[in-house]
Parts: sequence; structure tokens; C-alpha cells
Amino acid sequence: MLTQAPPQQNVAGRLAVEIRRLVIEMSGSPNGVHIGGSMSIADLLAVLYGEVLRQPSGAGSPLDRDYLILSKGQACAALYAALAATGVLPKSEIETYAEQGSRLAGHPMKTLPGVDFSTGSLGHGLSLGLGVALAGRRYGHDNRAFVILGDGELQEGSNWEAAMAAAHLGVDNLTAIVDRNGLQISGRTEDCMALEPLTGKWASFGWRVLAIDGHDHDQIRQALGGPVEPGRPTAVIARTIKARGVPGLQDTKKSHSATLDRDAQRLALAALESEL
Amino acid sequence: MSTDIATRRSVAEVYDHVWENRSTIQSRDAYAMMLLALARENPLLACLTTDMNFQDHFARELPRQFVDLGIAEQNMITVAAGMTVAARPVFANGMSPFAIARAYEQIKVDVAGANLPVKIVGTHGGLASGHYGPTHHSLEDIGATRLLPNMTVVVPGDAWEAVQATVAVADDPGPTFLRLGRSATPTLYDERTEFVLGKARVLREPGRVLFIATGPYPNLVAAEAAAELAATGITAGHLNMHTVKPLDREAILDAIAHAEVVVTIEDHRAVGGLGGAVCEVVAEVGGPPVRRIGIPDVHYDLVGGERYLLDNAGINVPNAIAKALDVVAR
Repeated sequence: MLTQAPPQQNVAGRLAVEIRRLVIEMSGSPNGVHIGGSMSIADLLAVLYGEVLRQPSGAGSPLDRDYLILSKGQACAALYAALAATGVLPKSEIETYAEQGSRLAGHPMKTLPGVDFSTGSLGHGLSLGLGVALAGRRYGHDNRAFVILGDGELQEGSNWEAAMAAAHLGVDNLTAIVDRNGLQISGRTEDCMALEPLTGKWASFGWRVLAIDGHDHDQIRQALGGPVEPGRPTAVIARTIKARGVPGLQDTKKSHSATLDRDAQRLALAALESEL
Repeated sequence: MSTDIATRRSVAEVYDHVWENRSTIQSRDAYAMMLLALARENPLLACLTTDMNFQDHFARELPRQFVDLGIAEQNMITVAAGMTVAARPVFANGMSPFAIARAYEQIKVDVAGANLPVKIVGTHGGLASGHYGPTHHSLEDIGATRLLPNMTVVVPGDAWEAVQATVAVADDPGPTFLRLGRSATPTLYDERTEFVLGKARVLREPGRVLFIATGPYPNLVAAEAAAELAATGITAGHLNMHTVKPLDREAILDAIAHAEVVVTIEDHRAVGGLGGAVCEVVAEVGGPPVRRIGIPDVHYDLVGGERYLLDNAGINVPNAIAKALDVVAR
């Protein structure tokens, strides 16, 4: 289903596979993993960590760097996988996910290297990103803030306070990435609390809006790696598939949080292999 | 007043000006003057606001350090947290009933939990909004912020203490709630003494009765009640507990060594705030009985000005004396 050249041929392609593999590994946890929303952002994180973000782990200057804020903190398994795959965390730590005393909680905490802000309560990330980007602009630092939002998360009103403010203040180094997988806990977003017309909503708030296939690395690369539009924040509506690539769970509401048994893990890994 | 804010330049000059006018100046204007003076000295200091008009001079003089986020307290609190990557301290201003109660979860997660140098300044604390009614009263803010780890909770007793607290809060590395009122109130001080966060001020030496108060009117009530009791031969001490968290446990333990009763006074719910905090300390050491004066546990929709509402809630001198005499025999 990947629309680009064989993924092993570039950094983001290899990262995407590794992120998915590690998420499947964590999904064996009896505590469950938000596998659906983790798999839907795997390609976004792969391109971000592989090609776009400058010093995302916070090494070097704390100011002239980029920030990735995972507002939909429940998808932390994908974030942990990206951090492990890029050497910020030891890969062996992945095995400790959700275990007693682990640093890897069910929502990311800023005590973990590579995590700047604790998230998990929905509707906070866009405001955090706005603050980071605004401080960068006001104090002359060359930073960008990328915020990954769940689509269901947009039902939290605080997002729209931040959206209004970001456009009003002309914070162009802020990019919101909406993981538009169309599902939330209770089912389809459009049945629970309709979000459409989603691009129209962001545009009407004054944002530049880019609608892309959130699993197409070239489209992600162009949307996130390209220049900002001076004076306007950017919203990237990334159409994705919840639990993409996981047999039996793809595009289902039951994929929101799940534990994969040994057989299901083997099937998922085989499906991942078959894409290579 | 607004001209004053613009013309006061240095921190030292703000101190002098507010000291001279401490009974006629609003604590929020005194705070605004000091914040502007501090911001001139510290270009990293940021001032965020939510459609408040008492900081116009800040906006005009230091626009790079100023952001108005409109009527959106939740966003402001979390933007303040985000801005700490490059700015510090970040002062986040709003009306207390909205800046605290509405944005409480943002404060819990992004400010207190993250232990960031965000200074939430809430005006219209307690019943300061008077006839605007219960939507605009802030009777839970001290208790709510006191529950959060890392938070420092400060309630200045007059305009002079407000500027002292502003400087102390700006210097403190952690998150803070600074609670201000609305109208000018009589000063508590006749000499310029040092202000230390977390250290209660002894306004009257300990006696058989101990009044512990926070905020302008509660401290005025305590001072007058203590003086009246003393005139009848019953010694009474008075602590101004301007910092409710961290609570000055030592000052309380020192003072209750002499006291037969402790009376707490606050323009806040009688549960969870100063009175609750004092009870926790006194009960743990098996100290004297405590009587709490605060807003009763009812929806308080009486219409009137701040003084009238305080009086009707029992935040007055006769009630303070009655609570003391409830335990101490004449």
C-alpha cells in the first residue's frame, strides 16, 4: 500500500517499518496499546524523525531546534518506537512498555528523553505548540513546532481557541498535523461528533490547509518539509487508516486499544514483511 | 492611574510610589507597574493576558514581550507553558474565576505537573467582583491551586504586599498563583519590612487567641478583632499568611504554643483553603481548637458590593471575636 519506491531505500521508509515493528512488539503488552492510532501516524513520524525535525531530542541548542508535540498522547507507542529507532532511547527499553517502574507510560511524560511536554489529556498540544512557536518568533529563535492531533481530539474546544490565536498572531512556524483516521473510541467520528468539512474549518480560521495521504511519504515530505507560508500557520489534514497494516484491526474501532497475542503479533509482522 | 503605570520606570521607583500610595492604589495596578518595571530589566519576561485592560501600557511599551490571547483562558495557560522554552518567567493574567476554575486542567497538567515558571495572576479574587454575581466570584481558587504539586499560592494583603509578592514570584523558579482583588484597600503596614515567600508575617504577637488571615479584608478583620480583644484583656495574635502554599508551618507551630484557639479568616470557601490548610497542621500536632471563617458551603447569590457580601458571609469583626470567645472564656 505504500505508494512510494521500496521503503528500504530511504531513511523514512526504513524508519516507518521499524516504528511499525516496535509498535507490534509493544502490542503484546497485557496492558494494551493504542495500536490503531499508533499505526496511523507511523508514516508521519517516520518522515518527521527521519527527514524533517532538527534536533528533535533536544540535544544541542534548546532554542534553534524543532519540536514535535504528540497531542494525541495515547499514540505514544509510535513515539517510543520512533525515539528507539532513532537512538534517543535504547531499543531494549521498548520491552518495558507499561511495566511497573518503566519510563514508558501509556501516555508520554516529559521525564523521558525526547519528550518535551507530557501529553495525554486531549486538546492541549496545539496550545503548547503555539507557545513554543510564538516564543521562537518573539525571541528570534529559528524553531518550528509540529503538533500531531487526533481527529476525534478536535472535538475539544480548546483546540479552536489555539487555532484562532495562531492565525491571529500569524505564527507561521506552527504546523498542526491532523491524523484523520476517521475513528474514535465509540466509532466513526462523523457519527459521534461530525468534524467535516474539516479543511474548511481550518481554512476559515485563517490557516493554510494541505490535505494529503498520511501514508504517502512523498506527500508528507512535501507538506512538512517544505517552506512555511509567511504569516500563516499550516494545518496538514493527513488521511490515514487506523491500525494500518494490522490484519483484523485495520480501520476498525476495536483497534483503538488492543493487546495482540503471539499469533496476532506474528500475523502483523508477516503483513509488514510482505510490504517490503 | 494608567498614567502612573506608564511613568514609573525602575523597580525601586515603583516600590517607592506604591509605598507612598499603598492605601489608595489598587493592588492590580501596583502589580502592573511592578511587572512592567521587571520586564524592562528582564527581556525574557513575557506577559500574557486574556482581554484585560489594566496592562495597556505594557502592550504599548514592550509589545514583543506581550501577548493578548483574547477571552480564552485555557489556551492562554497552555501557551504560557509552551513559551517557557524561550521565555521566563511567563506571567499569565486573567480574572481569577476564569483563569483558575475554567483552565484548571491546563494548570494541573501543563503548569503544575510540568513544574514550569508560569505565574498565573488572577484578579477579582474572592468576592471582589461584588454585584457581578457568583459567575464572577472566585471562592475556590486558593483551594484548587493548593491541591496541585509544585504550586506556590500567594494572596497579598494590600497593594504594597502585592508589589513585593510580584518581585518574589518573578524570582521564584516554579509555578505560582498570585491572587489579587479589585478595589483599593487600606494598608496593613506602617513600615517597609521584608517579604519572603512562604514566611508568614506576624502582625501582632501571639496571645491566647491566634488569628490567621490571608488577603486584604480578612487581614483587616483580624487586625481589628485582635485589637478589640486586647482592649478587653484577652491577648490575641495575628499572622498574615500571605503564602498559603507552601504554608509556614513553623510560624503556626510557634504561635499555637501560646494559643487557646485559632481563628482563620479568608474570603474563600471555608473548606479547602487557608482554614483547611491550618487545620491540617494543627490537627496533626494535637493543637488547640480551630474555628474557620470563610464563605459557607452554599451557592452564594446574594447581590451587593464586596464589603456587603463579606459581611453577610460572616467575614467581619463581630464574628471573628465571637468565634474566639466561643473557646476562650472572658
